[in-house]
Amino acid sequence: MSFLIDSSIVVTSQVLFFGFGWLFFMRQLFKDYEVRQYVVQVIFSVTFAFSCTMFELIIFEILGVLNSSSRYFHWKMNLCVILLILVFMVPFYIGYFIVSNIRLLHRQRVLFSCGLWLTFMYFFWKLGDPFPILSPKHGILSIEQLISRVGVIGVTLMALLSGFGAVNCPYTYMSYFLRNVTDTDILALERRLLQTMDMIISKKKRIATARRNMFQRGDVNNKPSGFWGMIKSVTTSAPGSENLTLIQQEVDALEELSRQLFLETVDLYATKERIEYSKTFKGRYFNVLGYFFSVYCVWKIFMATINIVFDRVGKTDPVTRGIEITVNYLGIQFDVKFWSQHISFILVGIIIVTSIRGLLITLTKFFYAISSSKSSNVIVLLLAQIMGMYFVSSVLLIRMSMPPEYRTIITEVLGELQFNFYHRWFDVIFLVSALSSILFLYLAHKQAPEKHMTP
Amino acid sequence: MASLDRVKVLVLGDSGVGKSSLVHLLCQNQVLGNPSWTVGCSVDVRVHDYKEGTPEEKTFYIELWDVGGSVGGASSVKSTRAVFFNSVNGIILVHDLTNKKSSQNLYRWSLEAVNKDLVPSGVLVTNGDYDREQFAENQIPLLVIGTKLDQIHEAKRNEVLTRIAFLAEDFNAEEINLVIEKRYFIRDGSQIVGFPDRKRFGAGIVKNLHYD
Repeated sequence: MSFLIDSSIVVTSQVLFFGFGWLFFMRQLFKDYEVRQYVVQVIFSVTFAFSCTMFELIIFEILGVLNSSSRYFHWKMNLCVILLILVFMVPFYIGYFIVSNIRLLHRQRVLFSCGLWLTFMYFFWKLGDPFPILSPKHGILSIEQLISRVGVIGVTLMALLSGFGAVNCPYTYMSYFLRNVTDTDILALERRLLQTMDMIISKKKRIATARRNMFQRGDVNNKPSGFWGMIKSVTTSAPGSENLTLIQQEVDALEELSRQLFLETVDLYATKERIEYSKTFKGRYFNVLGYFFSVYCVWKIFMATINIVFDRVGKTDPVTRGIEITVNYLGIQFDVKFWSQHISFILVGIIIVTSIRGLLITLTKFFYAISSSKSSNVIVLLLAQIMGMYFVSSVLLIRMSMPPEYRTIITEVLGELQFNFYHRWFDVIFLVSALSSILFLYLAHKQAPEKHMTP
Repeated sequence: MASLDRVKVLVLGDSGVGKSSLVHLLCQNQVLGNPSWTVGCSVDVRVHDYKEGTPEEKTFYIELWDVGGSVGGASSVKSTRAVFFNSVNGIILVHDLTNKKSSQNLYRWSLEAVNKDLVPSGVLVTNGDYDREQFAENQIPLLVIGTKLDQIHEAKRNEVLTRIAFLAEDFNAEEINLVIEKRYFIRDGSQIVGFPDRKRFGAGIVKNLHYD
């Protein structure tokens, strides 16, 4: 009986999450597009719903809500469904939509997308070989095999995003890094842009007039037809056409220049707006916040290095350590069990909420930046795949932040993975990502001012 | 070239509606084989004989400025785009017949082009409702083109066409007496229907230019 009640609670919350994912899709991601494929929307919302349910089950675990056997059952079921989606459905549909875009393969869409999926599965399987993630006593088709590989990909993604985010956040918040842009710079660049456009126009006018004259004179098309045509055009090319190809090349170069000038002007306008924003109250608040974040970022990089160099994985979670410190050093006595449960709930809750929010915001920005009306379906499915893998590996890593009595369910359900490996892998990738972001931002920052500054 | 002979026409619309293909078709008389994103603005030139066959025949170069991007973009992009909207003689608004959003966005595009003097963030006063009076004093001729008609299934075409019917009226596009709305088959070059209509459109714009 209690199992039914528990199940209905979980299912209701799943439906709620599904609705939230649906709304997010419609209002945020696809608000400028016409949704034509409901399959994509359903898949995205389902992935989101099941990922959030996993987090919800962790919270229930900490709070002791619901029967523990029904929790375990739902864990298993949830995990199976998510793995099914991430490994079978989403890659297949990604392949299907990619193939639909290519007109040649339109007839045998399903066949080719199956082929793509098989290739994906092959590489996915090969991924597990170089990593020491499994104990050898597991069979081929067990949950552990799939989860370990999904975990590797997800942890890599998480670490890359964290590393870049940790460095980029202070860089964008602090006004110390803002380049000085004046109105004259912008005007000068705009003038150059318009001049380039005028040059393009005058060259195109010449081409158009020359072509018209050739056409009126009765010349055949420049395009060589057939084998002899090609030979002829090599040996005897009319002087007019040679001129044309030269002008056409100049036009291509000028068009490339105009594109670059356009992008630089956009960049300057954006910087100018940021300068104005930094003078407001909100801007100053973010500036101060940026200093805190830079300290935090340096500390995290330092800790990651220490972890790797000294080959140390934290044995205790922050909650228990915090409580130990307060009890031992500060002499404050309180009920350890009671407080550890609540504090870890709050801590884990904050981690979950901020990571979901951060991921959704990043996904939205990324989606706006690169999608077009043709590729939007493929990109949304890719984002759903990334989101699913990210959430699964969050569960893996969150195990570290919880006291041992709550870790058991994760260990039970996920099997005997080498969790320590994942933490080490996270540290390595985080370090690499943070350092290369610093390098990249430094180069970009250095290179930009030299181009625009008026001497 | 004296500035009197310059005819500048903007081609505006959402990304992916077919502006670059349209411009290429008009200027090169060929179908664009590999369309890709337009970054910034791409220009093409069409030679047009105004009033062909009459003693007042004059050759004009119509510059078609194909401005890329989305109407809901960052304000820095909008400010940069405003640079292209100076001294415009005509505007072509392109929308995708298979995509309702692109037709709705035409209002915002036209506002952005006509109100180029205002700060970009302050343009959208009424976000959905459309104020005809803003276009009452607009002297710039407008043409609305719907693309990709061939991609709509035969049965649904009537429904789509009736929906579009009022679109051009809203823009007060009667200033062009000859051509208000034409749909082109972009994919298949052999179906270039309405070739003389395009010439008449060009004449319409140039005629307005002479009236100013």
